[in-house]
Formats: sequence, structure tokens, C-alpha cells
Amino acid sequence: MSDRGHLKKTAHLAEVPASWESGPRGARPRRLLSTRTIVVYGTLFVAAAYYLLPLYVMIVTSLKGMPEIRLGNIFSPPLEITFEPWVKAWSSACTGLNCDGLSRGFWNSVMITVPSTAISIAIASINGYALSNWRFKGADIFFTILIVGAFIPYQVMLYPIVIVLREIGLYGSLSGLVIVHTIFGMPILTLLFRNYFAGLPEELFKAARVDGAGFWGIYLKIMVPMSLPIFVVAMILQVTGIWNDFLFGVVFTRPEYYPMTVQLNNIVNSVQGVKEYNVNMAATILTGAVPLLVYFVSGRLFVRGIAAGAVKG
Amino acid sequence: MTGQATDRTTVPRRSGRPNRLTRNLSAKIASIPMMLTAVVIFLGGTLWTVLYSFTSSKLLPRLRFVGLDQYERLWAAPRWLVSIENLAIYGIFSLIFSMVIGFVLAALMDQKIRFENTFRTVFLYPFALSFIVTGLVWQWLLNPEHGIQSVVRAMGWAGFSFDPLYDSGIVIYGILIAALWQGTGLVMCLMLAGLRGIDEDIWKAARVDGIPMWKTYLFVVIPMMRPVFVTTLVIIASGIVRVYDLVVAQTSGGPGIASEVPAKYVYDYMFQAQNLGQGFAASTMMLITVAIIIVPWAYLEFGGGRKRV
Repeated sequence: MSDRGHLKKTAHLAEVPASWESGPRGARPRRLLSTRTIVVYGTLFVAAAYYLLPLYVMIVTSLKGMPEIRLGNIFSPPLEITFEPWVKAWSSACTGLNCDGLSRGFWNSVMITVPSTAISIAIASINGYALSNWRFKGADIFFTILIVGAFIPYQVMLYPIVIVLREIGLYGSLSGLVIVHTIFGMPILTLLFRNYFAGLPEELFKAARVDGAGFWGIYLKIMVPMSLPIFVVAMILQVTGIWNDFLFGVVFTRPEYYPMTVQLNNIVNSVQGVKEYNVNMAATILTGAVPLLVYFVSGRLFVRGIAAGAVKG
Repeated sequence: MTGQATDRTTVPRRSGRPNRLTRNLSAKIASIPMMLTAVVIFLGGTLWTVLYSFTSSKLLPRLRFVGLDQYERLWAAPRWLVSIENLAIYGIFSLIFSMVIGFVLAALMDQKIRFENTFRTVFLYPFALSFIVTGLVWQWLLNPEHGIQSVVRAMGWAGFSFDPLYDSGIVIYGILIAALWQGTGLVMCLMLAGLRGIDEDIWKAARVDGIPMWKTYLFVVIPMMRPVFVTTLVIIASGIVRVYDLVVAQTSGGPGIASEVPAKYVYDYMFQAQNLGQGFAASTMMLITVAIIIVPWAYLEFGGGRKRV
């Protein structure tokens, strides 16, 4: 950063005393700033380049023709832009004998993600509500088991769930997978909602009780309308989490219901035929597009969601 | 309905009154999915798997106990030993690197930089992507014929060799690179939240005493961030034990068995090789691994009477 940059920076800081106060460092911005700024920004830009590189390579590769890929290097921009790999990835890429592209996986994933997100959030928010406002004896025991269960490797519970689903006749179906996502989303979401509801003023709840509202009335008329932000956070968490799932999709569904991630892996890692790297990369971007879109649109809420999802307890 | 009616008469919630089954009935009914999940799936399922890991189940689970046979066989299997070794290497390095990189990035982000949101967006976007996408991208980047290796060679360094995915000695490091790309953004975010939680007066005091910044970080700030570090450690560690999709996408365990991991061992034995007993024993070992990580943490955080920040 040049000297001008430094001047601009101090001027900018002087203008906004609020952000100045909230930061961790105190006065004396004039000293050392130029060398330090170079180091700070230099490192950050190098790191940013490293993080962006794969995305760039994915996009560039997906827009090239195969001859160009074989000759050129992966970082060079395409000489001739073609969208054919995208079309092929969407509608005619093959997994084994099946050649109807990723579109089937996409719609499967939609059919899995939408009900799973809705049901898991509905159940978890009711759990959180019951746990924070209507705590009954023994509720905390279940909650503790739930939270501890969040740390148990999924592999431990896979087979018992297979048996349960087989008993109720849902093994291999989309509804079975929806149940599985609801189960494994429950610990984090319940925690999220419990903490949020516990933070709401208790007077509201008491006033509603005095006015004669019951369990469901308070939930639907007071808790849900007051907690829309946390519902959005939960939605972000679930949509990205369920869309990105691979293990449950592979274990609990039949091939015709495979979600997009599973199908993507089958397309790219299938051993038959010539490897079409451009189609593979187009398919990879298509699969990553939904969570990326959620991420870019939601911005800070996403950060809040993962922080809530990550910091348990 | 009756629950609400009864409830309205018991005025103080959470009172020490004798508990009746009908009290809070709506809440109890609404919590049935949670109870079922907690008891049947999490508790019951775990105990079931542990129990059946002592049986000779093959194609179907069968209660014919064989003691520790499955475990003996497990620890004699070369593939399991490779898996464990890989998990150890991958685990140690990804803990160290993601902590260090995450903290350094967070510390840099905390220098009152401009474009903080842009940088955050860039560092965190891989975390929104699935492990499958991550694995496939890095499979392509590390492709020996077209990827980084060939580009560097084309630039004139003909002897350059960087081919982790086809070299069984270093394949796990190839997976590590992809995992770090995907996961360090999250660590950065957690660390940044921790740094923002440090009282500004600490920095002022350090400045007044003339302590250089790196020393303040090393001896004051990092010890103060202990809870953040521990929480991050637990999150990364429980993610490490689960690593599965990434390996499937990037290498499918190859070349040979060089990049196998325990989670893949479990899946393959349970759902492909139809050797359930081995799958149960292996997953129980995973459970024990997690317990070794979680129990001391839970004890320190919740049992020792210390308050978390």
C-alpha cells in the first residue's frame, strides 16, 4: 500500500469513530503502517488467490473444448468459449448405462432438500420451544442425549437406521432419506432454537399465558413471528447441509433417487469412456451452484448459521 | 388440550410440585420426535452397533457372540491399519494447519483492514461447497497430465514433480490440501469471533507496557482465547474422524488402499462386502476415537465448574 492509501485509511477511520472504538487496537495509526499494511494486505491477497484459484480453474475448464484442455494449461483462459460441456453435463452425461445427465440428480436433490429442510426445522423449532418454555421433567435428559449424539460418528448409527427404515417400509425411498436428514439435523437445530427462544423476553410468554393462549397458540402466534431471523439461519444451515450430503444419499436411497452429489461423483469417477474434464467441471459447478448461491445471497446470516452450528453448547 | 387446561391452574412454571403425566401434555406430545430420536436412534442405535460388534454377523445381523474376534481381525487387517495411519497423519496435520492458518488469517483480518467482508466471503466460500465438489476440483488441479504439475513443467522446470494423487506415499497429503482449502475459512471465522471478543483494554495495556504485537498475541491473546481454541479443536477433530466423502471423490481410497480412511472401511464392509461384523467393529472404534476427544473436553468445559466464554 502506498502512502496515499495510508492517508486515506486514517481519514476513513477518523470519519467513523464508531468502528474505531469497536476494533481491538488503540491509537497511533501513523507509525509503521506502511510496512505493516504491505505485509497484511500482501498475505491476505495471496491467501485470497489460493482460495479463488480452484473456482477459477473450474469455470475456465468448463468453458473449454476437450482439444484445448489436452494442449493448454489449466490456468489459461479459454480461447474459444463453448457452453457445450454445460449442456452435456446437465442433460446427457452418463453414469453407467444411464445417460440423462445431472438434471435427474438435481431434481432428486430438490425433492430431498425442500421437505427435509421444512420438516427438520418445524420439528426442531418445536423442540426448542418446548425445551425453553415448557420444560417438563426429563426434557433435559433427552436434550443431553441429542447433543452428545451430534458428536457420534454417523457410521455408528447407519445400520440401525437402515433396520428401522426397512421395518417401516421406507428404506430406499425419498421419504426415508427425509427422515434421516430430520434426525441428524435435530441436535444442532434444536440447540439453535432453544437458545434463541430462551433469549426472548419471558414476559411475552407469561402475558400470552395469562391471556389464555396454549402451547400451540403461543408457538404459532408469538414465537414463530418473533423468530424469523433464526428460521432463516436454520434454513441456510439445512439447505446447504442437506444439498451437500453424500453419505446418507448413498446409504439410504436407491440409484433412481440418488441426490446430485452422488450422481456427480458417479459421473466424474466412472471408469468407462474417455474422461471429459470440461463436462466434469461443468457438472461440479452445477452441483456446487445451489449452496454457493445460498452463501452469496445470505452473506452474514450464513456466518451466523455456521457459527451457531459449529459452537455447540 | 387437557394439558393446557391443567397447566393454566399450576401457576408457577417449573415449580416443585409433584409431577403428573398430564402436566405439560402438549409439550410432551410435541417432543415425541425428539424423544424417539434421542432414545431410539442416538442411544439405542449406538448401543445396538456396539453390541453387534461382538457377533459374527455377516450378511445379516445375528446375535451369535464371538467375543473380541471382530476386533482382532480388524486390527490384523492391513487396510484398517492403513486407514488408521492415514487418519492419524491427516488428523494431526489438518489440526495444526487449519488452526495456524485460521488464526493467522483471523489476526490479519483483525487489523482494521478494508474490504474485510470481501476477504471473508472469499475465505469462507469453499466451506459452502460439499466435500464431493471439493474433492473433484482438487482431483482436477492435482491431475498429473493437465494440472499444476504439468503447468509448472511447461513453465520450464521440467523436473518438477507434484503428483500426490497417484503416489501412494503422499496421497494423504493431497487430500489434506483439499480439506484445508475447504475448512480453514470456518476456523478463520471462529477465531475472528474470538479475537473480537477480546477486551480492547488488553491491547491498550500491552501498548502502554511497550510489548510488541506478536508477543501480545502469543502470551496474552492466545491464552485468553483458550475456550475458542478448544471449541474449534473439538469441531475440527470430530470432523476429521468422519472424513469420508472427500476421499471417495478425490481418490476412492486409491492408489490401491493408500488413502483409505476408517469411515470408508465401515461403509465398504457394511454395505458392499456384506461383512457387517467388521463394519460394526470398525464403527465402534470410530466411536471410541471420538469419545477420547470429546470426554476430556466435556469434562473440562462442563464438569470442572468453569464457565465457558
